[in-house]
Parts: sequence; structure tokens; C-alpha cells
Amino acid sequence: MDRVGGQLTRTGGPRDASGAARSTTGGVPASRRALWYGLPVPALLVVGASFLVPVGVLLHLSLTEPTTGLDNYFSALGDQTTRTILFRTVRMAVLVTLLCLLVAYPYAYTMTVCRRWVRVLMIAVVLMPFWTSLMARTFAWVVLLGDTGPINRLLGLFGVGPVSILGTTTAVTIGTAQVLLPFLVLPLYANLKGIDRRLVQAAVGLGARPVVAFLRVYLPLSVPGILAGSSVVFVLALGFYVTPALLGSPRQWMVSQLIASRVQNLLQFGMGGALAVLVLVLTLGLLALTARAARSSVAAASAGREP
Amino acid sequence: MTEQGRIPWYLKALAILAGLWLVAPTLVVIPMSFTGRSSFMFPPPDWSLDYYRNFFTHPIWLDSLLTSLRLAAVVTVLATVCGTAAAFGIVRGRLRGGGAMSGILLTPIILPQIVAAIAIYIVFLRTGLSGTFLGLVIAHTGFAIPFVTVAVVANLRTIDPELERAAASLGSSPLTTFRTVTLPLAAPGVLSGAVFAFAVSFDEVVISLFLTSPALRTLPVQMFTSVTTETDPTIAAASTIVVAATTALLLLVVASPRARRAAIQDFSSTARREQS
Repeated sequence: MDRVGGQLTRTGGPRDASGAARSTTGGVPASRRALWYGLPVPALLVVGASFLVPVGVLLHLSLTEPTTGLDNYFSALGDQTTRTILFRTVRMAVLVTLLCLLVAYPYAYTMTVCRRWVRVLMIAVVLMPFWTSLMARTFAWVVLLGDTGPINRLLGLFGVGPVSILGTTTAVTIGTAQVLLPFLVLPLYANLKGIDRRLVQAAVGLGARPVVAFLRVYLPLSVPGILAGSSVVFVLALGFYVTPALLGSPRQWMVSQLIASRVQNLLQFGMGGALAVLVLVLTLGLLALTARAARSSVAAASAGREP
Repeated sequence: MTEQGRIPWYLKALAILAGLWLVAPTLVVIPMSFTGRSSFMFPPPDWSLDYYRNFFTHPIWLDSLLTSLRLAAVVTVLATVCGTAAAFGIVRGRLRGGGAMSGILLTPIILPQIVAAIAIYIVFLRTGLSGTFLGLVIAHTGFAIPFVTVAVVANLRTIDPELERAAASLGSSPLTTFRTVTLPLAAPGVLSGAVFAFAVSFDEVVISLFLTSPALRTLPVQMFTSVTTETDPTIAAASTIVVAATTALLLLVVASPRARRAAIQDFSSTARREQS
């Protein structure tokens, strides 16, 4: 269920929680405070035991096994095959993000201007894949993209093919993008909904061509939504395991398959750990960067940027 | 609101294509599951219920379904209790460090799945939890808790604290206030959190792939294995059953709590009006 994650992170993130905690000054007696502090303990213990401690152990192993130091990291980045796989994964994630953006933008925009019942329908369509099993959807792509699948037979009608799509990076890109699309549509819609469309009308009224009005007025205002959604899509695509494993080729691994194989088949916990830590650092770094970029773009938009 | 006639045709076409791309692939598995052939052809050349018979008679499939249901049920209870308690502590307890706490509770969502999966695998392998039901329960509960906490926190924010203060000023004890005022108002949040927890656990595949063994498989893991190694077409029936079940669950959530929330908001706004 990784697809639900990104959206929830934003709708009820830690910042909101601390904000509310600070805004209301507690009139709670000291004796009862202990009870309140006890409430989050079970949740923290379970999350700590099942996620935080293991990641700590992973980091430790990557630095100590088999030898102490950064050897695992140097040999991972020094290996040509590993570099190729890392590069392929990043390129796939970039393509997935661009494809999602290309599809999500017109969709989210249409949601802001259509009639109410159409909008309800469009939201349901976005939410449906959120809810249908990841395995069922990935299996559907195996059928659709197969050599005798409907897509190949459609291509056959035009005299093309059969084209081997299944087992290529193209198949991974198509499948992953479809799974991750809701993560881009929802934040983008939330952003576009808040844009005052009279600003565009004003620009047109002052003589700007509609295309120019869109590019200079509407598009810059939608940058926060684009950043929020596409960073989540990119990050999720980087760490995706199921879709590459089922739609991709054993000869064209993504980094997640490389990590899984190092750990599960070769029991190289140190090396697998180092690769995982690299993915994690890339993920957190990117999220921090986009959060910062989004803040500055909001600031620039509200300050009224001069052309 | 803009008239629909003003939406340019190319925008409509793009939106329809995007909608099809989102929905159509999932629907393909439904006719696939009723085919009589052992190879995947779409549309199917003939029809039968063979795969459904396979699904409900073969121990591999039935056991994995039962494991998944049992696991999701246990996880739902544990994650809902822990996640709800944490949400109350963070929002109503006004705890110092509440921000840090929610940050920690959200890590399972932010971590790339493959990273979380191998980290859990390595630690559980060494502690003997790998391949056990308990191991799956711990990992899935940790993964489901953030979804519950987020849902309940969002719901608690919408509840007017004045209602609780009013109950207290009228002489009700904190426990009675909690039981008769706060909990009923928070019920929709808790309920949707519980449904999320169930769905998250029932659908989880990456962490489970590393923690399961041939003797203990969840349904998504069995589906994964049937595509990669066994090429067992029963997966089409399994997919259809899962899609139907989750769609029913979604309809349940969309239909009931929203109606209830609306009724509650109506009630609390009436209450506020009567107060002033």
C-alpha cells in the first residue's frame, strides 16, 4: 500500500500535529500528563521495533560487514554494473514522473472546471486504483503487455508487431506510472483548485494570448502542486519492487531487485545495506530539496513576481 | 462554476484517456478469470468457472487467503488501538514533542519499501521472527499504525473541544466525557483508520515477500509467486475476488462514515447555535 502513503503524509503531516499541540496551551494537571504521555507509547514501540531499529541495524551492517569503514559504499559506487543499474533506475523514475505529470496535469485541471457530478466521477476513478490490489493491477499489465496481449493485437491490426513489451524497461515505466498516477493527481488537484482563475482572465483582458497567460500566470501558480506530487512519485518509483520484478527483465534490473538479490540470495547484508542506504539518502535528500523549493516558490508567488 | 461547454475538446479527450488508463487495466482481469483456457488470452475464447473452483479447492490458494484474512484482522485490531491512542495523545494531550512523535510514527510511510523490507528481513532473520505469523503481525502493525493515526488525527481536529469542556463543566468525569462525547464524535475517524489498516495489511506484498516461507504465505505473496514461478492462471480468479472485495470495502467507507460525519457536524453546529 505504498501508494496511499504520500498523500496521507501531506494531509496530516507532523507539522500540523505540532502546530496544534503548540497553539492550545494545556490546562492539564501534572498528574494527568503522565497518562497522556503513555498513550503514544505502544504505537512508538511497535513502529520502533518494526521499522526504526531494523533501519538502524541496516546502517550499522553497511558500515561494519565484512570490514569496518566505507568499503561497501566505495565498492558499490565503483562497480560498473551497479552504476548502470542505479542510472537505469533513476532514468526510469524520471520518465515515470514525466509521464505521470503529462497525464495528471490535464486531468487535474479538468477536475477544477468540470461539473460537479463529473468531478465526483473523476475523483472515484482516481481513487479506485488506490484501493484495488497492487498485485491484481500488476498482473493485469502482464496480460495487457504480453506478446499475445490485446495491445500487441491492436498493433497487429495496423500491421505493426508483435513487439516484445513485457520484460523491458518500457513495460516497467508504463506499469509503474499507472500505479503511481493517483499520487500526482490528488496533490495537483488540491493545488489547482486554489488558483484564482480570474488572474488568467485578467491577463487575457490585458491583451495576453491565452497560451502566454497560461504559461506566465497559471503554470507558475501550480508549481507547488507539481513539486509536491512529482517528488512523491519519483521517490516511490525509485524504491518500487513489485512492478519491476514482474514486468521487467532479469537482465535489466532496477536497484530494488539488486538490493533484494544481494540480501536474500547472496546474504551480503553489508553490501545490500549500503545500496539501501544510498536509496534512502537519495529519497530523503530529494524530499528535503523539493520541500524547500516548494516553500520558496510559494513565497515568490505571494510576493508577486515581476516579469 | 464554468459551463462544461467551455472545456476544450482536447482537454476532455486527454482526461478520458487518463481515466481509462487508470481504470481499464484492472477490469481486464475480470473476464480473464472466467476463461477456460490455461493461457492468458484477452478477450477469452471460451468461458468457465474453472479458476474459481481451483481457488476454493486448492490448499495453496485457500490457505494463503485465510492467512491474509487472519493477519489483516489481527493487524486491524492492534493498529487501530495503538494508532488511535497515539492520535489522542498527540492531539488532545498537547504533548511536548508531539511533532517528533508524529514524525517517528510516519517513518513507515516515508521509507522506500525495499529499504524497509530488507531491514526488517535481516533483523527478523536473526531474531527468529522470519517465517512466523508473529513476525508478519509485528511488521504489518508497524506499517498500518501511521494510516490509523493520520485518519484519527484528521478527525479529532474537526471536533470542537468546547463540547468536551461543556461536558466537563456539567460535572461529567474525564472518562465519562471520553466515552460519551469524544469517542462517538471520533468514531468515523477510527472506523476509516481501521479500514485503512485492514486494506494496508491485506494488500502488502513487498515486506511479506521477505518474511513469508513456502509454508506460510499471504495471498499477495501467493499471487506474486504464481506470476513469477508457477504461472498458475488461478491468479486471475484471485485478482477478481480481491478487486471485488476491496471495491465493496471502498463503497462501505464512502457511503457510511461520510453520512455519519455529516450528521454529526449537523448536530454539533446545532449545539453551537443553541449555546450562543
